[in-house]
Order: sequence, then C-alpha cells, then structure tokens
Amino acid sequence: MELDPFLLSRIQFAANITFHIMFPSITIAMGWILLFFKVRYNITRDQAWMQAYFFFTKVFALSFAVGVVSGVTMSFQFGTNWPGFMLTVGNIAGPLLAYEVLTAFFLEATFLGIMLFGFRRVPDWLHTLATILVALGTTASAFWILVLNSWMHTPAGFEMIDGQAHVTSWMEVIFNPSMPYRLTHMLLASGLTASFLVAGLSAFRILRDDRAAAVMKALKTGVYLAAILIPLQMFAGHEHGLNTKEYQPAKLAAMEGAWETRRGAPLVLFALPDESERANDFALEIPYLASLVVTHELDGEIRGLNEFETHPPVAPVFFAFRLMVGIGLLMLAVSWLGSYLLLRDRALPEYWLLALVGMTFMGCVATVAGWYVTEIGRQPWLVHGVLTVHDALGPVSGGMVLSTLLVYLGIYAFLTVAFIATLFYMAGKAGYGGERDPERQAMVGEERMTVIGAAE
Amino acid sequence: MQQVFADGNWLPYAFAFLMGLSVLIYTALDGYDLGVGMLIDNAHWHEKDRMIASIGPFWDANETWLILGVGLLLVAFPAAHGLILTELYLPVAIMLFGLIFRGVAFDFRSKAPYQQKWRWNNRFFYGSLLTALAQGYMLGFYVIGFDRSWAGILFSCLIAVALASAYCLIGACWLIMKCEGGLQEKAVKWARYHLVNSVVGLVAVSVVTPLISDRIYDKWFSFPAMLALVPIPVTTGLLVIGLFLVLRHMPFPRDRYCWLPFALTIGVYVFSFVGLGYSFFPYIVPEQMTITEAAAAPASLRIILAGALIVLPVLICYTALAYFVFRGKATELRYD
Ligand code: HDD
Ligand code: HEM
Ligand code: HEM
Repeated sequence: MELDPFLLSRIQFAANITFHIMFPSITIAMGWILLFFKVRYNITRDQAWMQAYFFFTKVFALSFAVGVVSGVTMSFQFGTNWPGFMLTVGNIAGPLLAYEVLTAFFLEATFLGIMLFGFRRVPDWLHTLATILVALGTTASAFWILVLNSWMHTPAGFEMIDGQAHVTSWMEVIFNPSMPYRLTHMLLASGLTASFLVAGLSAFRILRDDRAAAVMKALKTGVYLAAILIPLQMFAGHEHGLNTKEYQPAKLAAMEGAWETRRGAPLVLFALPDESERANDFALEIPYLASLVVTHELDGEIRGLNEFETHPPVAPVFFAFRLMVGIGLLMLAVSWLGSYLLLRDRALPEYWLLALVGMTFMGCVATVAGWYVTEIGRQPWLVHGVLTVHDALGPVSGGMVLSTLLVYLGIYAFLTVAFIATLFYMAGKAGYGGERDPERQAMVGEERMTVIGAAE
Repeated sequence: MQQVFADGNWLPYAFAFLMGLSVLIYTALDGYDLGVGMLIDNAHWHEKDRMIASIGPFWDANETWLILGVGLLLVAFPAAHGLILTELYLPVAIMLFGLIFRGVAFDFRSKAPYQQKWRWNNRFFYGSLLTALAQGYMLGFYVIGFDRSWAGILFSCLIAVALASAYCLIGACWLIMKCEGGLQEKAVKWARYHLVNSVVGLVAVSVVTPLISDRIYDKWFSFPAMLALVPIPVTTGLLVIGLFLVLRHMPFPRDRYCWLPFALTIGVYVFSFVGLGYSFFPYIVPEQMTITEAAAAPASLRIILAGALIVLPVLICYTALAYFVFRGKATELRYD
C-alpha cells in the first residue's frame, strides 16, 4: 500500500496540536486563578489561600511543562510538514508568530522560575508581580496564536502578489472578522477547563477525607467560577456561530447537518449524516429551532451543504459540535446545581463530589471537540479561499512521517496517562502534609510520606 | 560588502545576525542545562537533586531561545527554513522526542510517586542525551552541506558526540560555579574530561570545513582575507589553554574564581561560532542558498525588527533579574 504523506502529515499535525492545546487551555486560566488565590492571601493573610496557591502551582507547573515541550514541537511542525504555508502566507504568519515568541513566551518562561521557586527569595510584591506576568504571558500567547488562526479562517487586510500574501493593513489582519469571537470563546473555554480541573481535584481531596480549609476554598472557587463562565460561554459560542454563518457558511451547514437550503429548518439533535446519500439517517429533530437560533426568526433561511461546490467532511464536524455543546450543557447543570447546594449547605453531598471528579478533564474534551469543529470545518482550505492544505504539503516521504507519527502517538498516550495519574496522586497525598518536610524524602517506600523533591 | 548596505538590502543580514545570536545564546544556555542533564547519570542519588535544582528556574527560558532561533529562520528566511527542516526531518524529530522527555521529566520526577523517581531521572538523562546528539548531528550534517554519503554521515556522527561533549563541558563549568564540596570536585573532573573531547570536535570541524569547499578554502588561506580570520583561531586557542590551566588547579581556596571556567567556556563557544559564521557567510544553506536569496519580504521583516528592538532590551533586563534572584550556590528548590 502506498503511504500517503498528505494524510499522514495531517494526522500528525492534528495529533500534535490536540495534545498541545489541552495544556495551554489549563494554564491560561489557571494563571489567573492562582493570582486570585495570591491576592486573597495578600488581603486576608489567611494561610489557607496560600496553601491552595502552593498546591495548584504544582498542577500549573506540571501542565506548563507539558505545554511547553509540546509547543516546541508545534513550532517545528510548520517547516517540517507544511513548508507551503510559510511560502504563501509567511509575510503574515511570520510576524504574528515572532511577536508571540517575543512578547509572550519569554515573559512567561522567565518569570515562571520566580513564581514557582521564588516565594522565599523575593519580596512578596515581586512574587505577586511574577504571578501576574506569567498569567499575562500565557494570555498574550493565546492572543497572538488565535489572531493567526482566526486570520486563517477569515483572512483580511492583505493582497496576493505573485502567489504570495502581502499585508495592506495590520489592523485588519489582527482584528480580522472572526478574531474577537474566537478569542473570547477560547479564553472562556480555558476558564472553564481550569475551573473544572480545580473543582475536580478539590472534590477528590474531600472524598479522600482531606478537610483542610484550603481544599474547600479551592472547591468553591472552581464551582462558582464555572457557574459564572458557562452562560457567558454559551452566549459567546452562539455569537461565534453567527459569525461563522456569515464567513464560512459551509462549515455552519456541516455543524447543523443541513443538506438542503431551507426556511424554518429544524435543529438536528442527533443523526448519522451520510455523505454518499447526502441525507441524515435516524434524525431526531426539533422543528424550526435551528432557524430560530441562527437567524432569530422561525422561518429564517439556513443554507444547506448541497449549495456549495466544496464543503468539509460532515460527520466529524457534526459530532464534534454536539459533543462540545453537550458538555457545555452538562457543565451548566453541574456548576449551577453545585453552586446552589454549596450556598445552601456550605458543603456538597458525596454524589455531587463524585460528579465533579468525573468532570475534572471535561473542559479539555470540550475544547478539543471545539477545535475539531473549527479546523475540520475549514477543510479543504488551510487559509480560507487562499491556500488549500494540499498545496502546503512538503516533500517528505510517507514512511518518514508514519514512523515519527507512531512515536509521537506513543509518547502522547504515555504522557497523558502519566499526567492524569500524577495529578490524582498529588491530590491524594497532599492531605497528609507530606510535602512540607524535606527530611522525609529519605524514607523510601513510604509512599504517603514522599515529598516534593528538591528540584522541579 | 557594498551591496550589503545598499538600500533595504541590509535587512536580511540584520536578521541573519539576530538568528545567529539567538542560536549562539541557545547553545550556551540550553547547552549548560542539557550538559547537566547528561552528567546526572554519573552523580550520586542525592547529588542529582542538587544538580537539577541548579538549573530548575532557568531551563524553560533557555529553551525559548531555540524557539526564537527557529522562529526567525521561519519568518525571515522561509525558503531556507523549508529546505533545512525537510532535509533534517528525522534528526529534528529525534531532537523533539528528546526535548519532550527531558522537559516533562523535570516536573514529573518530583511529583510522581517516589518509587518512580529513578525512572524519571533516567528519562531526564536519556532525553538530554538524545537532544544533544541530535543537535550535534544536525550541525555536522549542515556543515557538510547535507551530504548523505557514508563519509558525510560518519562526520555528522562525530560532531554529534563532540557537541554532546561540549554541552557536558559547559554543564560541568556551570556546576563548578553553582555547587560546593564533593559535587564541585566531581564537576571539575568532568570538565577536564569533556574539554579534551570538545577540542577534538572543534579541530575536526575546522579541518573538514575548508576541505569540502573551495570557496571556504580560499577565504581561509588566501592572503589578505586570512588576516581577518587569524584572530579567531588564535583567541579560541588561548581560551582553551586558559581553561586547561584553570581546571588543573580548581577548586581554588575560598571558592575564588568559581565562575571563571564557565566564562572561559562561553568565550570558546562565541569564538567557535563566529568562526563558523565567518566561513559560511553569505550562505544560509551552505553552498546552496544565500542570505538574500532566502529572505522574506522587507515589509514584514521591518515589523519584526521593530518589535525585536523594543523587546530584546526588556527581555535582557528580566533575564538578568531571574539570574540575580537565583544567584549564588544552588540550594534546594521548593514551592513554598
Ligand atoms: C470549554 C470549552 C467549550 C465549551 C463548553 C463550548 N465551546 Fe464552543 N468551542 C470551544 C470550546 C468550548 C473552543 C475550543 O474554544 C472553540 C474551537 C475554536 C474556537 O475558537 O473555539 C470552539 C468553537 C465553537 C464554534 C465554531 C466556531 C468557528 O466557526 O470557528 C461554535 C459555533 C461554538 N464553539 C459554539 C458553542 C456553543 C453554542 C456552546 C454552548 C454550549 C459552546 N460552543 C461550548
Ligand atoms: C489549538 C487547538 C487546535 C486544535 C485542537 C486543532 C485541530 C486541528 C485538526 C483536528 C486539524 C485537522 C483537520 C483536518 O485534517 O480535517 C487541524 C488542521 C490545521 N490546523 Fe489546527 N487546531 C488547533 C489550532 C490551530 C492553530 C492555532 C493553528 C494556527 C496557528 C492551526 C493550524 C492548522 C493547520 C496549518 C492545519 C492544517 C493541517 C491539517 O489540515 O491537518 N490550528 N487542526
Ligand atoms: C499551531 C499552533 C501553535 C504553535 C505553533 C504553538 C507553539 C507553542 C510553543 C513553541 C510553546 C512553548 C513556549 C514556551 O517555551 O514557553 C507554546 C506554549 C504555549 N501555547 Fe502554543 N502553540 C500553538 C497553538 C496554541 C494555541 C491555539 C494556544 C491557545 C489558545 C496556545 C497557547 C499556548 C500557551 C498559553 C503556551 C504556554 C505554555 C503552556 O501554558 O503550557 N498555543 N506554544
């Protein structure tokens, strides 16, 4: 069988970015949550806040490390697998990526050391400042990369000369039509990912009978924050969809599973889209609702897939969208009812804690699902209307890509398992106060007593 | 030379300089932490923690210079970037595997259950080794113009070992500066040992480079041009001799001059790098593509340069701050 370097390169790119994005989506917002803990401590001088800070800086450090190394991999991917991308739109992508490195990566990487290990070495204000700068750095890097990604979906502010994009207005490039929506949606997604992670790990500690004040504080922070963010996220997602309708109607049609253009279109709750038949099997629909949601009119028109010469593969977009929205609804239920119980009883019943533990990584799942909608929905384009993915491929051989792909997949599977196991292990043992005494390090074999080692 | 400064033509050269600078800074900075990662295998159990503590607050920022270097290659010389990275597909992938393991092992080793710590220590060691070897291989392969013959591959392998050794050298010098007592004495021994290997590698590159390219041969051995070159090998030689002498007598009483080997090694790095740059100028891919041929549109280069000129001084200030905060001998690192 002939190995197709095109398909393999796509799978490899998708695998790398999927793995990468899970960790930034934790760290972007976790930085701000840590700042919140630190500021609460500065105001109240309550040690519990500082303990919450110390525990979650470890979670942060671990996620950050995995995010950094997978990010380094990303930055090589452009050249090794998609040289055509830089050759065509390098004049736009280049400066955006360069600004990301210069303004964001160095900032976060440098102050991370002070934030993590400097608590006893620098004055308190400098430590707080380092926390702020790290949070700013992660957010700034999200900004630049999302500017680029949004530009790839809704390119603006450029002209093509000899097959190369040249900038006519940087303002239009940066504030391209989908950027505000995507940025908002992604930052909120990160907020949700981080708050469910905080809530889930704290719930796990309570289930393990860890009644430290810090745990309850973190749990409340996570649940309340999620409860605030989820309605905002639903609204932002809705607005995002309206923007997509305008600029990438074929993607919207794939998301809705709409084949025919029609007025008063139903909302397809579930179906099996079939591209050869160009129809949905087993459709479960709510009449008129899609038109109402997308156009705000009962008989508004939704353009169907049949109207477009090329359109993205339907099934993955369709299902990924339902997964994302489904998790969004689940998040709404868990965080609102959870907040209600917390406000009423000042504690959560065991089954609710279990539900939170189950939701620990749901933010990551929803985020990845969302990106699949976005990115697969853009196919066959790499830069919408400018460059197809196919034209960006480099001359690497299929066998070469396959061999590296297999290694990447192995590494990612291993690291994902190690990451999740280590987080729960840390949460499980934190309650025993083990990490506070460096002497205990010598006690090999006493699992509970082991400590955070000398260096991270 | 005139054409260099003709209107607008200087931009690609400025970028070649910036790119070279970040690669140089990368090899020096990540060089010492990769070196420490490779040396860890020879250290005692309790020394490993201390060694890693000495690089803990810095490694992430060090690695960022690599991203900047590759980023600049990508944005300023897209044509060369595609060419180089597709030629180097496998070694780049291997380097990335190494970097991944090393970077995560840093954090996992202290957070995973204690019984697993030795495994993460091993991953840290092998990750560092793999990264260094892959980088050395790429350097050799690049110098020899992507020659896939047996001789070319053999040469690249030699450089791989030599660069790994050079990283161990600077890593050991870093430890001399940041550690005390028995570990410091060990570091001195490591430094002596790796100095010899590194010099062998340096000489190998210097001998092979003029042999494979007539152009470089002329540049090195034709009369007036030669005068410009001479200071480079001479200074490098003096620095190496100085390093030999200092290491022979280390450590000095009251730990005086503990920073000297590190400083001298940086000097060797700088001059070797300048020598390499001098030989290949004005090519960005040896004998295949010049700096100007590979350059991107001037408009976008200007935008980046403006940003870089504003950000770099600030960047240097806060990097200095980080080194200042964690100055002195490495102590235990803790979150609280
Ligand atoms: C915690 C994560 C999360 C949650 C709960 C939601 N989303 Fe989302 N969604 C994302 C995380 C995300 C994302 C990862 O952030 C994406 C991918 C790219 C982007 O900009 O946002 C995304 C993309 C995305 C798109 C595609 C936009 C495009 O064309 O690029 C739409 C229309 C929505 N979302 C709509 C929604 C709606 C209506 C939600 C209501 C429940 C929702 N999302 C919940
Ligand atoms: C961060 C979360 C992201 C995820 C989870 C993600 C996911 C994906 C997936 C699944 C594909 C494959 C689509 C297909 O083959 O049908 C893809 C394609 C692509 N994406 Fe993303 N993406 C993300 C962000 C980005 C960003 C920020 C950029 C730009 C800087 C980007 C650039 C690309 C490129 C160049 C491709 C083409 C390769 C391909 O089609 O496989 N992506 N992405
Ligand atoms: C194709 C797209 C991408 C590339 C090439 C890329 C590249 C990188 C690189 C090189 C790093 C390491 C930086 C360091 O050493 O500190 C990194 C980390 C990071 N990236 Fe990405 N990235 C991509 C997509 C994204 C997206 C879509 C986001 C957010 C929305 C994002 C957010 C971050 C953040 C916040 C970090 C900091 C490290 C962390 O928090 O784990 N990246 N990325």
